[in-house]
Formats: sequence, structure tokens, C-alpha cells
Amino acid sequence: MATTETAGGSRTIELRVDGTAYRPAVDPRRTLLDLLREQLGVTSPKKGCDHGQCGACTVLLDGRRVLACLVLALTCDGAEVTTAAGLADGDHLHPLQQAFLEHDGFQCGYCTPGQICSAAGLLAEFDAGAPSHVTASVSDTPQWTDEEIAERMSGNLCRCGAYVGIVAAIRQAGEAR
Amino acid sequence: MKPFTLDRPETAADAVRAVAADPAAVYLAGGTNLVDHLKLGVAAPDRLVDVKTLTSAEIRDHDGGLAIGAGVRNSDLAADSRVRARFPVLAEALLSGASAQLRNMATTGGNPLQRTRCVYFQDVTTPCNKRSPGSGCSALGGYTRHHAILGASEHCVATHPSDMAVALLALDAGVHVLGPEGERVVPFADLHRLPGDRPDRDTVLGHGDLITQITVPAAPWARRSRYRKVRDRASYAFALVSVAAGVSLVDGVVDEVRVALGGVAHKPWRAHRAEEVLRGARPSAEVFRAAADAELADARALDGVDGGNAFKIPLVRRTLAAVLRDLTDEPTAEEPGR
Repeated sequence: MATTETAGGSRTIELRVDGTAYRPAVDPRRTLLDLLREQLGVTSPKKGCDHGQCGACTVLLDGRRVLACLVLALTCDGAEVTTAAGLADGDHLHPLQQAFLEHDGFQCGYCTPGQICSAAGLLAEFDAGAPSHVTASVSDTPQWTDEEIAERMSGNLCRCGAYVGIVAAIRQAGEAR
Repeated sequence: MKPFTLDRPETAADAVRAVAADPAAVYLAGGTNLVDHLKLGVAAPDRLVDVKTLTSAEIRDHDGGLAIGAGVRNSDLAADSRVRARFPVLAEALLSGASAQLRNMATTGGNPLQRTRCVYFQDVTTPCNKRSPGSGCSALGGYTRHHAILGASEHCVATHPSDMAVALLALDAGVHVLGPEGERVVPFADLHRLPGDRPDRDTVLGHGDLITQITVPAAPWARRSRYRKVRDRASYAFALVSVAAGVSLVDGVVDEVRVALGGVAHKPWRAHRAEEVLRGARPSAEVFRAAADAELADARALDGVDGGNAFKIPLVRRTLAAVLRDLTDEPTAEEPGR
């Protein structure tokens, strides 16, 4: 992907966010999270701790869940970014979004976009047969249990403590596939 | 954040040349530790050189073992069927570390080079010999719950945070390095340093050295291997104490054995003394206790405003015994009757 150097060390990159193409000029210090929120106006991912400890900024980067606060935006040239808002098909909610509504998987809602992106990543990882820390043996295929869901979501904190609803929502979305 | 430039060279050799030529340049891989350090002011380079896609992201069979490209993500390594079947200690260590998001970002080359999570190292307002040589150690007499009981010095009592590194140490891994002078292989056991009077140097790598792959030799004993991590919460926390171990038995007697400890020292700690006690012995609670006693003979607890870290000594003893009991009691997956 060709980049263009501009004054101040900024470079122009190309990336797609929730299906829309952008060509922003990016300062080397800019994180992907700040690029999305401050420069592109994509405010679905949230800034919680900004240190990789809370998961509020979780997005799918080329299909995998990552923490946007610890990714330097310049390294995302040519990337495909999906936020929680981009999971919906227009007004038709993604099954995870619908399940979070049905199970009260939130209270204040601030961590929710990160929770939902993280859960989308979880479903893909589980479908690929990836084990987790609580899988009985790493040589086994993991079973779809609440314990597995909780472990795989441990990177997403919820200060309101909506964890019971979050696990129920993910369980439902996982079973509905 | 202090201004810096970000280079994205096209080859690993170009990256090595770029870093070697600039004393204020550092490599950027997964970024999970470095980007945080840029924000905190713990790291203040003038130049980042992005190597995330410049080393292999593949895991290849290699002389009965595995050759793991430095660009392989921690999550991909943990999910690899060969790692899970032949080196379970490595998969378990990886899965016990960080969160799913961080494991998707963190790389094989970067993980062993992550820096201590000592709170004083990460707080630029406090003295720290690792961050600012000669400024003093704030951990002495401070919060020491996570600090070292083995191999520490008066200059630094920090611990190494990686889980993966503890498993790779037990597996006798080799670290392939591309440096300004060419390629070389560093035994994993030689990669990390004890603090001594130079706690600012975590490893033996020099400026411009780039890890390109890590090899794990064939190890039939590792099919029966395990990583057990003890921490303050059930997930997403660094180890207070961890044990990586593998054992093979012949006629009920320990034949091959590897033991490494995490959370106890400035580097992942190979428990040679414990291995010596175990090799050739018939597994029993007494033998496990003797192995732990031998390894912990020089252990020294730290006082601290949080109650210190004396609890780690019995915790290592119990965790080691529990892991060895599991490894010598249970049938392995390929034996009938499981």
C-alpha cells in the first residue's frame, strides 16, 4: 500500500472502517482508537483505560479482536476495521447485539461496543476449535459452557457488573448459530 | 507522547540496518507493551521500526520439533494442533497469559522481550534502576507482592512477566537472532539476565538484534507436560508463581524431567536443582518436597508495605508438588483408560 509522507512525520494511509474507505493523514503517535474516534468520527469503540487493561476499545482488525488503544494507526495501512456499530446490517441487528438487549447485557453501556466486538471474536475463535485456559485439556475440542465464555471474555471489564447478562447473551448468540 | 518517526521497511535485514544505525531506534512488533510504555513515558525512542510483518508468521516442523516464526501471534501458537499435542506446556502457558485480544496482537518474538510489570518501573515519577540506572530501587521496602525471591540484587528485585518464556525455557528452546553482525542462535536459557548491577539490561541481546524465530527441539517427554499459574484472580493477571514442568517415567522412575518457574526472578527460572533431585527418583510427596527444598535453598523473601512476598516460598513448594503429582499420577492422553 503506497503511503504519502507529509510535514510533521504524518503519512496518509488507506483503511476501511465498517465498510467505508478512508484516506486519513496520520501522525505516528496516533493510536487506532484515536484515529477512529477523533479523526474519523467513528465513536463506537470507547476509550476506557487507554492502557490495554479494560477492553472498551476492542475492535476487529482484519477479522481478529484487538485493543485499538495499543495499535499505532500508521501500522493499519490497508487494514479492514470492524467496530460494534459495523456488525449490524443496516437497521437489522447482529444476533449478539439483539441478545445483549434481550438479556440486559449492560447497564451504562460504555463497555458494550467492546464487549460485543470481543464476543464476535470469541465466536470465531471458538468455531475454529481454539482452546482456552479453562478447556479441560488443550488437546481437546472446547465445549460451549459459561465457564468458557467467561474465561474468553476476561479481557473486557464491566464496571456496572452486568457480567451475568453478558454471559447469557453470548450463550444465546452462540447457540443460535 | 514524545514525537517519533515510524519506519516500515520491507525486509528484516533493512529493519536491522535501520535500528543498528540509530541508537534511539527500537523495534515495534505487536506493540502490547511498547505502545503502553510510549504513553507512560517509560520508553522515549526517536524512531520505531515496524517489524510485525517482516518475520515469518508460520509454524514449521523442524527436526521433530517446531520452528516458530517471530511473527506468529500468541493466539495462533496456542491453537496450533502440534503445539497442543506435543508441547502442551507451551499452549497452556500462552493461554494463561493476558487476554484474548492481547494474545491476538502479541508475537512470538516480542513476548519474551516484554518488560517487568513492577509498578515502580512503570511509574516515571519514582526512582528505578531498571528504567533510570543509578536512581535507586523504589520496590525495596515498598510494594513487593509481585517481586523476586530468587536471583535478585540490591539494585533490582523485579520479576519477568512472561508465561510463554517459562514454557520455552523448560522446552530448551533456541532463539534465532538477526543482528548487525549476522545470524546466531542464543539458547533460551541464556537469553534473559539476572539484574546484578545492570538491571536496565533484561537480556543479552544488543542494540539492533532482532529475534526472527524460536525453535523448540523434539521432546517426547513434553507430551506429558503442564503449566500451572497461580495469580490474584482467575484470569487476566500476571503470575504470583508459576510452574512449567514435564516428566517421563521409565519403570516408575523419573527419566526425563524439566522444571521452570515464573514469577520468582528477574528471568524465567530453570529449576536445575529440583530436576537433579527428581531425575532417577520414584515419584512421591517426599521427593517432590526435597526437589522444592533444593531449588529454594537460596530463596530470600522481601519485606514490604503490603506484607512482602514471603508467601511465595511455600507457594512455589506447593505448586511444584501439585504439578509433579499431576504429571506422575495421571495417564497421558494416548494411554488407554482415560
